[in-house]
Amino acid sequence: MLGFAIRRLAQAIIVMIVVALLAFTLFRFVGDPVNQMVGIETSIEEREALRERLGLNDPIPVQFARFIKSAAQFDFGTSYQFRQPVSDLFLKRIPATLELSFMSALFALAVGIPMGIYAGLNRESWVSKLFLSVSLIGISLPTFFIGILLIFLFSVTLQWLPSFGRGEVVQVGSWWTTGLLTVSGIKALILPSITLGLYQMTLIMRLIRAEMLEVIRTDYIKFARARGLPNRLVHFRHALKNTLVPVITITGLQLGSIIAFATITETVFQWPGMGLMFLQAVQNVDIPIMSAYLLLTAFLFVSINFIVDILYYLIDPRLRVERA
Amino acid sequence: MSVLDIQNLKVEFPGRKSTFVAVQGVNLQVEAGKILGVVGESGAGKSTVGNAVIGLLQEPGRIAEGEVRLHGERIDGLSEKKMRALRGRRVGMIFQDPLTSLDPLQTIESQLVETIRTHLPMSASQATARAIELLDSVGIPDPAERIKQYPHQFSGGMRQRVVIALALCAEPEVVIADEPTTALDVSIQAQILELMKKLCVERNVSMLVITHDMGVIADITDHVAVMYRGKLVEYGETDQVLGRPQHPYTQSLISAVPRPDIRVKRFPVVNYIEEAGTPTRHIDISTHWLGKARDYAKPDGALVKIRDLDMRFETKGSIFPSRRKYFSAVKKVSFDIHEGETLGIVGESGSGKSTIARVITGLYHPSGGSIDFAGTELTSLKDPKKVLAMRRQMQMIFQDPYSSLNARMRVRTIIAEPIKFHKLASSNSEVRQIVDDLLDHVGLGVAAGDKFPHEFSGGQRQRISIARALATRPRFLICDEPTSALDVSIQAQILNLLKDLQEELGLTMLFISHDLAVIRQMCNRIGVMRNGELCEVADCDALFENPQHPYTKQLLNLMPSMELLSRANLQDSVETPA
Amino acid sequence: MPNVTNEEAKAEVPVFANPADTPSKGALARALDSDIFHSFLKSKVTVVAALGTIILFLLAFLAPWIAPHDPFDLSTISIMDARVPPVWMEYADPRFLLGTDDQGRDLLSGIFYGMRISLIVGFCSVIAAAILGITLGLVAGYVGGRTDAIIMRIADIQLTFPAILIALLIDGATRGIFGALDREVFSFYILIFSLALSFWVQYARTVRGSTMVEKNKEYVQAARVIGIPAPIIMLRHILPNVTGPVLVIATINLALAIVTEATLSFLGVGMPPTQPSLGTLIAIGNDFLYSGEWWIAIFPGLALALLVLNVNLLGDWLRDALNPKLR
Repeated sequence: MLGFAIRRLAQAIIVMIVVALLAFTLFRFVGDPVNQMVGIETSIEEREALRERLGLNDPIPVQFARFIKSAAQFDFGTSYQFRQPVSDLFLKRIPATLELSFMSALFALAVGIPMGIYAGLNRESWVSKLFLSVSLIGISLPTFFIGILLIFLFSVTLQWLPSFGRGEVVQVGSWWTTGLLTVSGIKALILPSITLGLYQMTLIMRLIRAEMLEVIRTDYIKFARARGLPNRLVHFRHALKNTLVPVITITGLQLGSIIAFATITETVFQWPGMGLMFLQAVQNVDIPIMSAYLLLTAFLFVSINFIVDILYYLIDPRLRVERA
Repeated sequence: MSVLDIQNLKVEFPGRKSTFVAVQGVNLQVEAGKILGVVGESGAGKSTVGNAVIGLLQEPGRIAEGEVRLHGERIDGLSEKKMRALRGRRVGMIFQDPLTSLDPLQTIESQLVETIRTHLPMSASQATARAIELLDSVGIPDPAERIKQYPHQFSGGMRQRVVIALALCAEPEVVIADEPTTALDVSIQAQILELMKKLCVERNVSMLVITHDMGVIADITDHVAVMYRGKLVEYGETDQVLGRPQHPYTQSLISAVPRPDIRVKRFPVVNYIEEAGTPTRHIDISTHWLGKARDYAKPDGALVKIRDLDMRFETKGSIFPSRRKYFSAVKKVSFDIHEGETLGIVGESGSGKSTIARVITGLYHPSGGSIDFAGTELTSLKDPKKVLAMRRQMQMIFQDPYSSLNARMRVRTIIAEPIKFHKLASSNSEVRQIVDDLLDHVGLGVAAGDKFPHEFSGGQRQRISIARALATRPRFLICDEPTSALDVSIQAQILNLLKDLQEELGLTMLFISHDLAVIRQMCNRIGVMRNGELCEVADCDALFENPQHPYTKQLLNLMPSMELLSRANLQDSVETPA
Repeated sequence: MPNVTNEEAKAEVPVFANPADTPSKGALARALDSDIFHSFLKSKVTVVAALGTIILFLLAFLAPWIAPHDPFDLSTISIMDARVPPVWMEYADPRFLLGTDDQGRDLLSGIFYGMRISLIVGFCSVIAAAILGITLGLVAGYVGGRTDAIIMRIADIQLTFPAILIALLIDGATRGIFGALDREVFSFYILIFSLALSFWVQYARTVRGSTMVEKNKEYVQAARVIGIPAPIIMLRHILPNVTGPVLVIATINLALAIVTEATLSFLGVGMPPTQPSLGTLIAIGNDFLYSGEWWIAIFPGLALALLVLNVNLLGDWLRDALNPKLR
């Protein structure tokens, strides 16, 4: 178990280094950091002095090492647009994004898994077919259009729910803010969470259904039936558990991508999270924010994947023995 | 009264174009404590009978006519709920492949206990005790410990024992075993058959054993039913049916079974058997393209000399060489193959026999040792031109007729590819002519060239493979289990074809098989392999009459006895052993 | 007990049709008789989706000839016609079936032209991604070893990042390099480049997986025994046998590429407003949603959804039809 975890951790670190290299390349070579920091009237000598002071004339590996070191200390430089430390800007926005992502993931799993199991077990029933049709529409509607439709219906036409912002938020601890403790905060969460979670929900549902259908065809399910086991045991003890192995991997990836997809939802709902900030950074070529976002999301993805790998390992006894 | 009584069973599968009748008019009775065998080749409908009895016909199959009675009580057409109560409780089932029959994520204990508690009113601890007892009775050592393990921690034979224990959980009256030993090695097969026979007597269980293997039938059954294309052609006591077959199909089937005790020059070809292809034109091989360019210089000694051949595979990679783990598939193997002879290599799965074939043909690069072919050392050969020239001289016929042909190519393209690639013909029209002749010669006919592989049966595909191998005008032919995926009647024809070709073309052959009986029919000398080592090499008859190595003796002892089988059709072709 | 033989079966003289004697049918006849074509006809939804796809494709590609107006012809556009509602509403103008946008462009024509741009971007990026992914997948699967490990690690790393994020990053980087204005000239190519770079992984993984299966099949070994070199084996033998899954991915990816392009354009980093795709149109309309001019956003959105839904339906059916396990 420990060996397995260490190996996975090593892989995760390699991934992070590759991503850091990308972020560094972006940070260092796309757009000149000096040009962004000084005015037009700054003389060449002054620029050169600034260059020297920032260490931009050092060998590239030294600069990369310095970049990693400060990134590990949560220091990503200063935003070009806001003239503030990037880390402060992110700290203010991370709670909004994580709260939204968490609620959407919860929605996607809580609805997607039961629907998938049902549709996998009752392939021919009309409810399954309905689920499948709805899921196809869910996959075909782009996230931002779902958001627009929901706003049009529930905010503009019915005026039940707010169409932008987080509502009233409450300060928890030194930097975390939450919308979950106020009525307006919860109301504000509903539409964005559904928008963001719908696509993942349909994917999870379809995945579970497809895996169920595969597993149901295997010899051991046939043999379980031939032993006269009741459907409850065949379906839930044998079929579902075997379905989970591939489902967990892909679900992990999907949940990771929720954080990235949050960019779209945050734009549609003007949700003050880091996705919205990232998008504005892309439009305004604010390189420090872009590279910090890249590093932060990569860190989140890699952590999720790491957890998924460990879960996988706990579920499948075959892995445990092979590694031992 | 019979325990299981099947009357006039008809099973059909409605399809999009027509309804396929898989089984028709089958009457079978299984007596208490007796074993009834159902034997037939693929497509005979024998598995369908078993599935119909237990109510697990694959969609959209259904029982169209007839009755199935268990102790006189009708069990066909029961509701799903009643059927479920019957499955496992009164009718047990054993499937072919023990590797896929068990849920990989549940311990043996949990699978046994859930089955026991489904059918018998027991507490969890009582059920566990019973499960341990069952494992003990099917011959699993240390059952109290092993019950906590997962299926992948058991070997194939042990898993089949677990499957049998699961089938016997609730003391069923009948057990249906569908090819219970087909996926197992000879030695394991013998043990499992022994166990099944023992359980029948001890527990007074009746069995319906479905198999394609005459050896299994001869070994354990009391009665046998022979099926052909969904119909029952012959039914009676086993020694009667095997010893004095009445129906021509049974006769031809029995005469096509290779026997370890007799060497046949050619298998009798009986017209009841499908696709008995004969060449439409006679081609004089000696003057034909196929026979040309055979005047190779006589090699110094043997044609193929294998010395200290080693082949190991990395099973665990690591950046540190000291931490890598290897599996040795072939260990220090040395042997010779003389020009014009057939050397057989026999061994169980994992013995390394196929690996040797793949190393000689260059599919794997050996980890050590040397391969000398007609005076050229192959392992150190680097010049691509010389490598190609060597490749042309040795060809291979593979085991699986379904995957050995590219499904996207027409047969003509498949056979022409080696000719064109090695530039063995001067013009396209000559290539065409050669392909036509080859197709004719292997018994397929010229028209076959314009079709795709999926339009042919297994035996016909193997003929295409043979034609492709011949298309480089090889000197040395390696046959890797060329007939193990085929029905016994088709196998007889393919073996005949290979024998003929060897005679006509003077080919040197390496013939690899797990089946001693087949090896005996084909080879001049035989090598026996186990765990990557060559135990013994001897002349064919000497090996069978007077085996030296203990493992060879063990293998020979495990051969299912074929003495019961009629020799009616074999008289004219028997070569009496020396 | 005497043997019971089946007299009826005995009387039957076995006549076996040798499949080698029956003439092989032509390619078209085989296709029309195939199980796949049959399953196509059986699934009514799929037939409707195929028809819908063809109609939408025709509308898109024939836009310059069939659209009632030319949204790019400034001389025919009047700001006076801005934000006219669809014909069935009050204050409508019969010239504009679905109304107009904020600049007075006919929405229906805009949708036709926008769909055209969406489809061109979609097709180009799918083809580019497929070529890149299939090549890398074939090489990784066939060669194996270190080559495989490197290609697949890159794929794994990239797979952790959703397409949209990669596309956004590439967009941001190119803005930094070219400057926002110069970039607009290349935005079409940058878009295709970033979409192709986001989607190649799926092809590579699938093709690699299938290649590894095919590589161990005996027909490939037979080709190697004949002496045929690796590149020819990959192209002649393996590639034709892995096209099924590739076709499925390509179809589903076309839908995904259209959605991603629309999303990028909606976010303002895809196609520029001078060459509006469906996403650009929706982005424009989004600003007028609250003032009651819903049609500017909703109609292009519905067109987009319809297009993607039809393509997805085809891909879904294709996946099931080509999956031997589900037959």
